[in-house]
Amino acid sequence: MNFTNFGRYILLLKSVFRKPEKLKIYLKEIAKQMDYIGVGSLGLIAIISTFIGAVMTLQIAFQLVSDFIPKTIIGSVNRDSSILELSPTISAIVLAGKIGSAISSEIGSMRVTEQIDALEIMGINAPGYLILPKIIAGITMVPMLVICSMFLSIAGGYIGGSVSGAVTPNEYLQGITTDFNPYTIVVALVKAFVFGFIITSVPAYEGFYVRGGALEVSKASTRAVVISCISILVCDYLVTQLLL
Amino acid sequence: MIEIKDIFKSFAENDVLKGISGTFKEGVTNLIIGGSGSGKTTLLKCMVGLHQPDAGSVLYDGRDFTAMDYGQRIEVRKEIGMLFQGSALFDSMTVEENVMFPLNMFTEQTRSEKLERVNFCLERVNLVGKNKLFPAELSGGMKKRVGIARAIAMNPKYLFCDEPNSGLDPKTSIVIDELIKEITEEYGTTTIVVTHDMNSVMGIGDYILFLHGGKKFWEGSNKEIAHTDIEELNDFVFASRFMKAAKDKF
Repeated sequence: MNFTNFGRYILLLKSVFRKPEKLKIYLKEIAKQMDYIGVGSLGLIAIISTFIGAVMTLQIAFQLVSDFIPKTIIGSVNRDSSILELSPTISAIVLAGKIGSAISSEIGSMRVTEQIDALEIMGINAPGYLILPKIIAGITMVPMLVICSMFLSIAGGYIGGSVSGAVTPNEYLQGITTDFNPYTIVVALVKAFVFGFIITSVPAYEGFYVRGGALEVSKASTRAVVISCISILVCDYLVTQLLL
Repeated sequence: MIEIKDIFKSFAENDVLKGISGTFKEGVTNLIIGGSGSGKTTLLKCMVGLHQPDAGSVLYDGRDFTAMDYGQRIEVRKEIGMLFQGSALFDSMTVEENVMFPLNMFTEQTRSEKLERVNFCLERVNLVGKNKLFPAELSGGMKKRVGIARAIAMNPKYLFCDEPNSGLDPKTSIVIDELIKEITEEYGTTTIVVTHDMNSVMGIGDYILFLHGGKKFWEGSNKEIAHTDIEELNDFVFASRFMKAAKDKF
């Protein structure tokens, strides 16, 4: 059953990447989706990242009980955790909930109300028109959101540490600027790219093959979020294993 | 003209279509009728390529649609207009955007040319001034008319209508039927209407194909339908009390 679904997913992707009927219309759709996925999610990502950064600082400080470990390590650990894991993965999981369910229910509703059939009868490649702009928006905007998330998470750590007194601003700043390895950014962006693809393509697949009515659309939406989250975590492990 | 030859279609163990053939001419309203589950919508979907028949062929003016590759099918589909049972309007677009959508996709016309065509199509279906309304703001009959306007926007050679009267009151049904007939005669389209509405059958059925249990049981015109001795057809035609009373009276 799962192999059947995977096969259908691959076949759907093959249809998605067919030559667009009219590039101008696709570009307009891509811009619309970029606005929805990127700009529309910025506030949520900003709030989550800032608080996670602040909480991380407090927890690292709580666990560092030895006087032999300098407090600057708090900044270093927070920086690397944020860049390598928390910003890409937590952002992706939150976006899978917000964007994934929206994509799945939008396409699923179009399926059950015959709007997808209408597109196909007109001679339009429905998977391409409906899914390609979302995938392109996902793989471009999710990395951008992750970059914002990295900065805000580190800034959140600074604020959290300063307000609570867990670490002084100078120690924190010294920590985040010591032994920085730029390769971690590359790893994070590769993860973000992969997650952006999953967040858009998996829910689109779930929505595209919905059969039935409103209840099935909502079930597909839930399934899309669950499968996206699991896929994100599996791919997180694989990318980390491959690149680090 | 559209010809169908020996169309077979089954879903799992369920044989829905069992070798259906027929010829649908241009400029006349062709009806596919039958009770629920007789296979009429499946036949329509096989004809437009939403379902792939297990066997048989569909010929659009001699071109075998079932044997075509993806690119060739797209070219034929540009000549097809279809009115769906639930109208299938894009609910995030206004009436104007819905009708303009195929023009945006497949023509290089300027915005004013497209708008002119949209207004012409809306005028044709008596919906002048409704351009900026969303589908959710329209009645069932108006949605059907917008569906027709969108279907004729590209001047189709072939027009398919799936249950155009479902969910409509008798008066609005007649308006939609007459509109379909007028468009068919005016533009010489090959129109195929799937229906189980006897008002439509008697009103616009120039050529009728009756399906029962996935098989073709009868073909003819609305003038002949009431005078057959086929039991299955008579059961269908005279199922309503009104038709039964009319038959007894005359």
